[in-house]
Amino acid sequence: MIAFIEYSDIFGKLDLNAFKHDAIEASVGISIILISIALVFFLTYKKLWVWLWRDWLTSLDHKKIGVMYLIVSAAMLFKGFVDAAMMRAQQAFSVGDSFGYLGAPHFQQIFTAHGTTMIFFVAMGMVFGLINILLPLQIGARDVAFPFLNNLSFWFFAVGAALLIVSLMIGNYAGTGWVSYPPLSGIKYSPGVGVDYWLWGIQIAGVGTLLSGVNFLVTIFKMRCPGMTLMKMPLFVWSVLNSLVLIVFAFPILTATLAMLSLDRMMGMHFFTSDFGGYPMMYVNLIWAWGHPEVYILVLPAFGIFSEVVATFSGKKLFGYTSMVWAMVAITFLSFIVWLHHFFTMGAGPKVNAFFGIMTMIIAVPTGVKVFNWLFTMFKGRVQFKTPMLWFLGFVIIFTIGGMDGVLMAIAPVDFQVHNSLFLVAHFHSMVIGGVLFGILAGFTYWFPKIFGFKLNEKYGGYAAFCWIFGFLFAFIPLYILGLMGATRRLNHYEAATGWQPLFIVAAIGVCIIAVGVFFQIVQLIVSIKEKDQNMDTTGDPWNGRTLEWSTTSPAPFYNFATIPEVSERDPFWTMKHHKQEAKYVEIHMPKNSPHGVFIGALSFTFSFGLIWNMWWLAIVSLIGMIVCLMIRLFDRDTEYAISPQEVEKFELANKHLN
Amino acid sequence: MDKHLRYAFYFLIVFGIAAIGLLYFYSNGVAVLNPKGMIGAKERDLLLLCTWTMLLVVIPVFLMTFFIAWKYRESNKNAEYKPDWAHNTLAEIIWWGFPLIIIVVLSVLTWNSCHELDPFKPIESNKKALRIQAVALQWKWLFIYPDQRIATVNYMQIPIDRPIDFEITADAPMNSFWIPELGGQVYAMAGMRSKLHLIADQRGSFRGCSSNISGKGFAGMSFMTHAGTEEEFEQWVSSSTGSMSLSYDEYDELVKPSEYVPPATYSLGESGLFDWIIMKYMKPMPETKRMAHDSVH
Repeated sequence: MIAFIEYSDIFGKLDLNAFKHDAIEASVGISIILISIALVFFLTYKKLWVWLWRDWLTSLDHKKIGVMYLIVSAAMLFKGFVDAAMMRAQQAFSVGDSFGYLGAPHFQQIFTAHGTTMIFFVAMGMVFGLINILLPLQIGARDVAFPFLNNLSFWFFAVGAALLIVSLMIGNYAGTGWVSYPPLSGIKYSPGVGVDYWLWGIQIAGVGTLLSGVNFLVTIFKMRCPGMTLMKMPLFVWSVLNSLVLIVFAFPILTATLAMLSLDRMMGMHFFTSDFGGYPMMYVNLIWAWGHPEVYILVLPAFGIFSEVVATFSGKKLFGYTSMVWAMVAITFLSFIVWLHHFFTMGAGPKVNAFFGIMTMIIAVPTGVKVFNWLFTMFKGRVQFKTPMLWFLGFVIIFTIGGMDGVLMAIAPVDFQVHNSLFLVAHFHSMVIGGVLFGILAGFTYWFPKIFGFKLNEKYGGYAAFCWIFGFLFAFIPLYILGLMGATRRLNHYEAATGWQPLFIVAAIGVCIIAVGVFFQIVQLIVSIKEKDQNMDTTGDPWNGRTLEWSTTSPAPFYNFATIPEVSERDPFWTMKHHKQEAKYVEIHMPKNSPHGVFIGALSFTFSFGLIWNMWWLAIVSLIGMIVCLMIRLFDRDTEYAISPQEVEKFELANKHLN
Repeated sequence: MDKHLRYAFYFLIVFGIAAIGLLYFYSNGVAVLNPKGMIGAKERDLLLLCTWTMLLVVIPVFLMTFFIAWKYRESNKNAEYKPDWAHNTLAEIIWWGFPLIIIVVLSVLTWNSCHELDPFKPIESNKKALRIQAVALQWKWLFIYPDQRIATVNYMQIPIDRPIDFEITADAPMNSFWIPELGGQVYAMAGMRSKLHLIADQRGSFRGCSSNISGKGFAGMSFMTHAGTEEEFEQWVSSSTGSMSLSYDEYDELVKPSEYVPPATYSLGESGLFDWIIMKYMKPMPETKRMAHDSVH
C-alpha cells in the first residue's frame, strides 16, 4: 500500500527548491526565525506560556482582542515599512547600467507584499483593534454581541498575516501587484505558489473581516446602553457603523472574486482567463467593486477618531453633528458607485467614464464638509496641541492635497495622463497615510491611557508626528512630480535619460525622515513604560473627555461598567461628570475563555497551506478539523460565568483605592 | 506645543516654496505639463484649469487651519471660548454649497472633456490618419504599420501634424500603452481591440512605456517614438521595406518572453497578423495556430 503513495501525494508541490532564496530573502527569513526562537525562549524562561494562553490567546474580552490586533498590526507595519524602504532604495539607484540590488521578481514581490500588508494587515488590523477596544466602551456595553466570533475573526486575521510571513521562507509571494489582475495572476503567467499565498492570505483574513463586520454591526444595533439613540451615538461609533455597512456589502464580493480566481488556478476553470470565454475585465470590475468601498472602510473610522480628538482637545462640542453624520452616510452610499474610476483607461465609453467621474467628485463635497466642521470645532474653543492634535493638523494638510488630486484623477481625460503613474501612488498614499494612518495614530495616543492605564510621553510623540508629517511631504511630493514626468509605478529600473533619479533620491531621503519618526515612536513607547508611574491615569478621564469610555476606570475593568450607564444626550460623560450617580451593583455575566478560536485559526492555516502547495490530504483533514471544532463550540452550553454584586463591588473598591 | 506649531508653519511655507521651485526647475522635463501634441495639450490644460478651480477652496482651508489653530490655542486667553457653540445653519450652508458649486462646474467640464477627449474618437484633420497597430508582448511592444507593410519592435517613427490611429491589443498579460508627451493611455488586453488617437505637433523623440505591471520584464517595456516630418517618415518607410519579413514563424519567435529588447524593424509578411493575434483568444476551443490562421483568411 505504502509503495503506491508518491512523493507528490504527501508534499504536493513542496520540495527543497521552495526553501532556496537569494541572500537578501534568506537573511530576512533567518532573522524572522531567530526572533521567533528568542520569543519562545523568553516565554519559556519567564514561564509565561500559561499566562499567554489563558489571559490573551483564548480570551474573549474585546479589549484584549483589540490589543492583540494592534500588536499584530504593529509588527506588520514594521514589515511593510521595511518593504517600502527597500523599494525606495532600489529606485534611487537602479538607473541606466545599474540594476540595483534587487532582481525584478524580488522587487515585484516586495511591492505586492507591501500593498497587501499595509491594507489588509496594518490598516484593517489597526482599525479593528481600535474598534474592538473602544466601540463597546463608547456605547456603554459590557462586550460585543458575539464574543467567540470576535476571537475567531482575530485568528483569521492573524492567520492571513502569518501566511504572508511564511511565504518569505517557504516558496515565494505574488509579484502581480496588490490587486493581482488576471491574466497575469492566472496560472498561465504565474504558475508558482506566490499568487496562491496572496489569494489564501487575504481570503482567510477577508472572511475574518466579514465576520467582524456582522458582529460589530449587531453590537451597535442591539447593545447600546439605555437612552443612547442613533443620533446620540459618539461620532466614532457612527463612523464605524458606516464602515461596517460597507464591510457587510463589499467583503462578500472580495470572497467570491478570490474564490473564482482560485478555481481558475486550481481547477483550470476560465472565469478570468483571456481565452475560452474568460473575462479578465470582469475581475477588474469585481475587485474594485470591493476595493473602492475598502478604502472608505479604512478612512471612515479615521474620520470618527478625528471627530472625537478634535472635540476633546478643543474643549468644545463637535460642530455640526448632524451634518457630520449625513456626510458620512453620503460617503458610504457614493463609495459603491465610483469603482470604475480605477480603470477609466480600460476603454469604456465617454458617458460611462463621465458618470463615474462625476460621482467620484461628488464625494469631495461631504468630505470637505467634514474638514470645515472640524475646523469650526476648534473655532472659539481652547485648543490644546497634544500629540493627537498634531496628527490632526498633518492630516488636514496631507489629506486635502490628496483629496484635491483625487478629484483631478476623477476627470477621465486627466486620469489618462496620470493613471498608474507615481502621481497616483502619491495620491493614495496621501489618503492612506495622511488619512488612515494618522487617524489611527491619533486615536492610539488618545485612547492609550484607556487601554493601558497610563499616558504616552508627549515630547517624543510630538517629535514622531513632526518627522512623519515632513518625512511624508519629502517622500511623496517628488512622486507627484515624477508621475507628471511619466514615471510609472512598480518600476524596478529606468533609463538615465529620463532624469528621474534626483527626485527618487529626495523621496528616499523622505523615507529616512519617516524612519526617524518610527524610531521616536519606539522611544516614546519605551520611555512611557519606564516613566509609567508618573503618567498614571488615576481618574479614568485624563483628557477631560466627553464620551462614555472615560466614565470607567483606566484601564477599563473586564466587565467595562459596573453599572450600565443611562444617557439622555450627546457627549453623555461631559454632563455626567457634574452630577454623580450612586452606584448600585448587579450580577454581571461575562463570556468564558474559549480555545476553539485558536484551534480553528490554526487549522485554517494548515488548510490554506495545504491548498497552496496542493497537499490535498492536509487541506481535507484541516477542513474536517475546523468543522469539528466549530461543532464542539456550538454545542457548548456553558459559555458564560457570573460575577456576583459583592465581587463587582470588591473590584470597584480596589479600583477606587487605585484612584 | 505652541512654539512647535509656529515652526511647523514656517517649515510648511519653506517647503511649499521648495516644491514650487522644484516643479519650475523640472518643468521642461515634466512630460505631462509640456506635451508635444494636441491631445496631450488639451489634457494638460484641463489638469491645470481644474487645479486652479480647486485651489479656490483648498487655499482658504489651509489658511483657516493655521489661523484657527493659532488663534484658539489654549494659552491665548483673550480668544473667545464658547464650549457649547456647535451649530450655525448659515455656515453649514456655505460649506455644503460652495464646494458643491465647484463640483458642478467640474462635472460639466468632466462631461464635455470625456466626450471631446474620448480615446476612441478619431481626430478631425484634413490629412489622412496613419494607422498603427500596437501589440504588447512579453516584454516588448510590436508596432504594425498595415498600410506601409512594416512592423517595428520597441520604437515608432511617425510624421508630425498627422493624426495617428492606434489599434491596441496584447498577446501577453494586460499592459497599458502610454506616451506621456503625446497624450493619455489605454489598456492593451489580449483578445480585445482598444483604440487611441494621438497627434504630434513637434519633431522630437518621446518616451513611451507600459504603465501596467505585466510580469518580470515589465520595466524594460519603454520605447521611443520618433516624430519627424512627412519626408523623414517617407524616407524611413522606403529604407525599411527591405528588412527581414515578419512571418507567423518569425512572430512565434518574437512572442517568446524576452527582456530589454533592442529596437528592430521588419517588413510585414502577413497582412492579417493583428486580427489573427486578437482572434486567437476568441475561439471557443483550442486550435493550432495554422487552423486559426486559415479560418481568418
